[in-house]
Amino acid sequence: MLAADAVPTEKDAVAASRAVKLSEKLRCLVCQNQTIADSNAELAQDLRRQIHEQIAAGRSDDEIVAYMVARYGDFVLYQPPVKSTTVLLWAGPALLVVVGFAGLIHLVRARRAEPEAPPLTAEERDRAARLLAGDGGKDLA
Amino acid sequence: MSKKLLIPLGVFIVLCAFLLVGLWRDPREVPSPLIGKPAPAFTLAQLHEPSKTLGPADLKGQVWLLNVWASWCVSCREEHPLLVGLAKAKLVPIVGLDYKDETAAGKRWLAQHGDPYTVSVVDRDGRVGIDWGVYGVPETFVVDKTGTIRYKQIGPLTAEALEQKILPLIRELQKS
Repeated sequence: MLAADAVPTEKDAVAASRAVKLSEKLRCLVCQNQTIADSNAELAQDLRRQIHEQIAAGRSDDEIVAYMVARYGDFVLYQPPVKSTTVLLWAGPALLVVVGFAGLIHLVRARRAEPEAPPLTAEERDRAARLLAGDGGKDLA
Repeated sequence: MSKKLLIPLGVFIVLCAFLLVGLWRDPREVPSPLIGKPAPAFTLAQLHEPSKTLGPADLKGQVWLLNVWASWCVSCREEHPLLVGLAKAKLVPIVGLDYKDETAAGKRWLAQHGDPYTVSVVDRDGRVGIDWGVYGVPETFVVDKTGTIRYKQIGPLTAEALEQKILPLIRELQKS
């Protein structure tokens, strides 16, 4: 008896967590910076209902996502798909890091290649020593 | 001036150009994947004669508009005079999809503001709306003779959109 009761509950829990995961992946088109899991807009509620019904009807996650994309376009996906039109979006940050590092390395190398200041002459060395000793360059006046 | 200094300036100008273009784009307008696709089928009860139904299949062979509206929709009032005017011109059948609305409230609203619709059908729970990718009422679709969606207006119709896009498109589609 107990076991028989437990089975549907477990199934429900799996279905519920699948529904939550799916609704976290989908964008609410009314309040665009929220997923349909977060949003309480009517459309989000309706779409959550759709997800529940479709899970109950035995459709796979991919099928449900495809259903949403067919109606609302890629924009409904909170994580945009990798396509030719979104390559820059996905590769952009990595590209910036690479370009930044290349620039940094170039800069550091250029600095290193600069010739060091020519060594001091004996005269300059004397003057520097006097300045350091404190009787600052009386003879220069 | 050193050429190297021009690089950040160039990057900055390009960035500004992107941002400037972005200013004129409406993030609420999501391109519909349904353009060029067959109009999703439905069979819904008519608002004024619930015993009768209507669906896209009944309109095959003519160019028609589907306008998604509701009595609770504030911006529907904004576009309504344009629809009434369009209905008077009798260019195309205008089908109203009364979206997630109470039947009585819908009828009252049409009685009050004028009824431009050839027929209105009732989408009580919004399922047909989802099939048509509706997310912001009002929305207007142009469907051609073969039953293919050719244009979608998101949000209220404007005189500009009507004259520059929708009417020329309707005329072109009716010729073909």
